[in-house]
Amino acid sequence: MSDTLVEFRQVVKRFDDFVAVKSLNLSIAEGEFVALMGPSGCGKTTTLRMLAGLEKPTSGEIILNGRVMNDVSASERDTPMVWQSLALFPFLNARENVEFGLKMKGVDAPERRKRAIHWLERLDMGEFIERPVNQLSGGQRQRVALARSLVIEPKILLLDEPLSALDAHLVIRMQGVLSKLQKELGITFVYVTHSQSEAFAMADRVVIMGNGDVAQVGTSREIYRSPANKFVAQFVGRNNILGGSVSSIDGDLALFDTECGQFALRIPEGKTFQLGQLINISIAADRLRLQQHSDSAPKNKPMDTGTNQVDCTLISEEFVGAVVTLFFETKDGTELMVQVQERELDQLKVSQDTLYTLSWAADSAHLLSD
Amino acid sequence: MNSERISSWILKGYLVLIFLFVFAPIIASVVFSFNSQRFPTIPLGSFSLEWYEKIFNDADIWTAARTSVIVAICTSILSTCIGFATAYTDYRYQFRFKGVFLALALLPPTVPLIILALAMLAWFSKIGISGQISSIIFAHTVLCTPFAMAIIRLRLSQMDENLEAAAWNLGASQWATMRTVIIPFTRPAIIASLCLTAAVSFDEFAVAWFVSGLNKTIPVVILEIVQGNIDPQVNAIGTLVFVISMTLVIIAQVLIMTSQKRDSIN
Repeated sequence: MSDTLVEFRQVVKRFDDFVAVKSLNLSIAEGEFVALMGPSGCGKTTTLRMLAGLEKPTSGEIILNGRVMNDVSASERDTPMVWQSLALFPFLNARENVEFGLKMKGVDAPERRKRAIHWLERLDMGEFIERPVNQLSGGQRQRVALARSLVIEPKILLLDEPLSALDAHLVIRMQGVLSKLQKELGITFVYVTHSQSEAFAMADRVVIMGNGDVAQVGTSREIYRSPANKFVAQFVGRNNILGGSVSSIDGDLALFDTECGQFALRIPEGKTFQLGQLINISIAADRLRLQQHSDSAPKNKPMDTGTNQVDCTLISEEFVGAVVTLFFETKDGTELMVQVQERELDQLKVSQDTLYTLSWAADSAHLLSD
Repeated sequence: MNSERISSWILKGYLVLIFLFVFAPIIASVVFSFNSQRFPTIPLGSFSLEWYEKIFNDADIWTAARTSVIVAICTSILSTCIGFATAYTDYRYQFRFKGVFLALALLPPTVPLIILALAMLAWFSKIGISGQISSIIFAHTVLCTPFAMAIIRLRLSQMDENLEAAAWNLGASQWATMRTVIIPFTRPAIIASLCLTAAVSFDEFAVAWFVSGLNKTIPVVILEIVQGNIDPQVNAIGTLVFVISMTLVIIAQVLIMTSQKRDSIN
């Protein structure tokens, strides 16, 4: 583990009555790409702005590079930010925008120019060095904003939803540019986004925030496969959440009753269940197996087979490309979603008036903490 | 289809009539300023620059023009500075009674000019600065500052709310941000405000008449000429004043509009 660069110690931020951030504890290592992700109003942008010195924490400490930053002004922090609106200076051209930070540091004109041009060229903006920023496309302006922040050679770069204004195909391209840049430079990136695909694609570690609290910290796969709680499972999406009470325990399998049936769950190591305990589980939509219902099949006993089954009918489908999400409803009205490959769709012959059986293994369900 | 065309022509004709109504007196004044006859009657006499020659040779008018120009320049600078400070305060800070602050800042143009002028006269004589050029400058600054503030405030409202923070974020202190971001961004509005307030001051009569004493401005001199007799010099002066004021106002308009357009591409 490399050295800690940033540490939030019990940081609280209140705006009048509204608590934007509730006791945040988080440390970020040097050279790490961390994404702060959550729905709007979850406190992620406030956290970033506190790190940049644009908001003052109500209580707690923010430590950057071993120094408590609470009373250091924004202009003395060296925490450049790439803004959602980009906030380029409209009266300056691309090069002058990039030079701004160096000018403020008192670097002389020829050196400023050399470094600004170097960064613009590095970001494939060599042709547009003297172009006024309002004559650049969205993607090009993005690169100017990046160059403007990186030219001062910071140890950390803050990014506030930088790709949200771009077209979908440009987002993918810029994700590649950002990931590559972060690896080459080896500096810390703190990236705020509400987009799961951006966070999962780039970040070493994802921090999921909700209502001013950290809901989960982990790698993209950890969060995707084992959401810590209901909030994360719902926010990440494509998770089926079932709640019920434990009705019997046999070895490492627990049986629990839900509104749509009795299901088995492999008890995670180190956990103990009591009879009657209420639990929530999530099953990723791609872990459900879909088959047509057949009356002749023997009745499934989850505790014996370790497999859960539930009958349901199709209500709708959502086509995204290679993957299709099918939405089903059980007899009691519980909705379940299943992800299948588009090419499997023809074999399955899905239609709305057929009864289907969904099944999943007892150990592919994941226990949520709440 | 046909009726649409007819109504379109009627509306266009109506528009032309309105403009004619507004501009006919000005056009008449311009036309008569080049007329050789003393009385403004039709048919016109021959083309003549007599009245222009006359005003250019009149020392009183030169003195008044000098006063007017000094007052206009000082007023425009003073009111633009105060207007900028007020507009920036409104943009940047949240404080109690901000609504009251804004209402007070924008109030002067709503006060009837005569009342404002009388009040100014009384106040200036009380503090002993009446009848000087500076008294006209102060009075005009009071009158013009709200316009300056409105123009600069409009420009600031078009600024990306993160632009200032972006400058701090890149190491600029508050003052450096003012110098390198806020002022360059608002520059078109600042120049527009200088032009517009100069034009307002240059044309203003009522307040100037009350507080000017012996330092008459151009509008005050025009009134004095008209009071005595009918003199086509007035048309010549009026034409020149109109040209100067319109130039200033048009420069201001162009600056405000082009800066808006440039940002809207963003």
